[in-house]
Amino acid sequence: MNLALKDIRHNFGRFALTAIGIGMLLMLVMGMGGIYRGLVDDATLLVNRIDADLWVVQKNTRGPFAEVSRIPANAEDRVRAVPGVACSNDFVSHTIQREQAGRALRMTVQGLSWPQDKGAWLPLIAGRGLEQAHFEMIADKSLGLPLGTRTVLGKDTYTVVGLTRNMASTAGDSMVFVTLADSQAIQYDQSGEAVRLEREARKARASDFDPGRTQPEILNRAAGPSSGIPALGPPPVSAVVVKVTPGADPAQVAAAIASWPDVSVYTAEAQRQLLVGGMVDKSRRQLGLFRGLLIIVSAIIMALILYTLTLDKIHDIAVLKLMGARNLVVINLILQQAVLLGAIGYGIAHVAGQWVFPVFPRRVLIVNEDLWLLAGIVLGISVLASLLGIWRAMKVQPNEVIA
Amino acid sequence: MVGTPDTLAVEAFGLTKVYGSGNTEVQALRGVDLSLSRGEVIALLGPSGAGKSTLLTIIGLVNPPTSGRITMAGRPVVEDGRFTVDVRSFRRRHMGFVFQKANLIPFLTAVENVRIAMEINDQSPRASRRRAMELLYYLGVADRADHYPNMLSGGQQQRVAVARALANQPDLILADEPTAALDSIRGRQVMELFRKVAHERQAGVVVVTHDHRSLDVFDRTLEMEDGMILGKPVEAH
Repeated sequence: MNLALKDIRHNFGRFALTAIGIGMLLMLVMGMGGIYRGLVDDATLLVNRIDADLWVVQKNTRGPFAEVSRIPANAEDRVRAVPGVACSNDFVSHTIQREQAGRALRMTVQGLSWPQDKGAWLPLIAGRGLEQAHFEMIADKSLGLPLGTRTVLGKDTYTVVGLTRNMASTAGDSMVFVTLADSQAIQYDQSGEAVRLEREARKARASDFDPGRTQPEILNRAAGPSSGIPALGPPPVSAVVVKVTPGADPAQVAAAIASWPDVSVYTAEAQRQLLVGGMVDKSRRQLGLFRGLLIIVSAIIMALILYTLTLDKIHDIAVLKLMGARNLVVINLILQQAVLLGAIGYGIAHVAGQWVFPVFPRRVLIVNEDLWLLAGIVLGISVLASLLGIWRAMKVQPNEVIA
Repeated sequence: MVGTPDTLAVEAFGLTKVYGSGNTEVQALRGVDLSLSRGEVIALLGPSGAGKSTLLTIIGLVNPPTSGRITMAGRPVVEDGRFTVDVRSFRRRHMGFVFQKANLIPFLTAVENVRIAMEINDQSPRASRRRAMELLYYLGVADRADHYPNMLSGGQQQRVAVARALANQPDLILADEPTAALDSIRGRQVMELFRKVAHERQAGVVVVTHDHRSLDVFDRTLEMEDGMILGKPVEAH
């Protein structure tokens, strides 16, 4: 006869409520682990998705994610000429906040080197990649913009042509993908008045020098669009991503590029380390510590619950001992209930989490490795928590029944 | 009543029990001798503090005496105030207990309360269920077999408790004021039940009681006072 199951059967309501309570608690532990994972995964998501071998960034910076990096747009052409480089692309990424139908839309705009890169590497769940040089965008589903939505960014209207899932920036903002040119147009968008003031300022500066005073065409150019001034280069990019040719040594290619005085080079792994060890390090450690605390609190609460459940049965345990029951009978009663409580609580946490976690604003990433680890922890907590009850049960004397 | 070792349920010599020491020392038992044959029912009477419950816990191998010897089922179980057997194992094989409260396990049904006594004594679930039903039938509560204790009356609970005490065919049943929570009619029914069980199942039964109205049920009555058994049998009212 399984006394643990008999007790649960008789006190099912109490047991069920206790299991639900423990389940909710474990769901918090599970969720905290998922938030931790999500944070780390989001941080390295782009680096992993882009799958570049090398990242070329501004000299002595840890860009483009950990800090601001600006390198000339022509760096891509220089990089492409290095032996061992299979291909290179400009990387432009910036975060903006706009309003759409009265709600705030915070998004990280990522430029794709169209036409080479049309977003084929993106995890599309609907729609298609970019097919035009301008005014098309691929948006993450979490942004809440359905296919076909038209939204104004800068001075232009963009149409959502594709949807991705779980594409978020290191800060957790939903991502949108447009062509590189569009991305820069959005990034450097200025109001008409600001453009006019800038042109007037250029014209004033040019007129202070002899060439400007003596050559009217120079003054006209200075007062015109910046793209028409040969002395002004195109806008800088954040980084250049590099794929090396098969068989080439990425370290050698990196060393060749790093010898230039205006750039630094990181491997994809180094970029990951910069993100995980620097940018999200504090958040990651804070979440990790909080998760550890939650586990300790859960263990204490479970121990107290099991101790209370044991105290409720202490007279019955004394009766069993008086009847001659072995200690194993009593230990089994407490231990089996503890493990069952932990297992059912874990199951409730897992099922409830699948409903609750998707509602969270940031990604809660539950991976099998964490699930197994938590299952082991719950088993450990259940056994440890039951020790307090077992200790009390072992102390009870059969003559307490007679007394 | 004098018996041979085969017919004796329990035999105790010179039992003493001292609680505390120095100024707080209390002598609960002072050299108690007791012998009880199989099939015999004795009542243990006396005022509170006379040592009845102490004697019961010592004979029941729940507490050791300070000194003295006890023989049970033909073998010594206490020598010089020390247990000489695995008391839990001995209790579950040779003894049954009934208390003032039935002390049934609340999360087990009546039949399960009887079965558990047998299952902790390594009997198979099937055999224990069959025997538990037989006992409940014998004690007239078979129709309540699947009821939980809180669904039974006080008398029914005590009958289930008696069935549980009988489950392992014990040599000795110890009852501590088993009728205190029952009215006089049900109290007498329980006392008669003990007599029936003792005679039919050949178990020795010791009943601690204050109820003088049912003393005619017992084969012997012993009165205790100040930790000793007095010589004269007590008359039934």
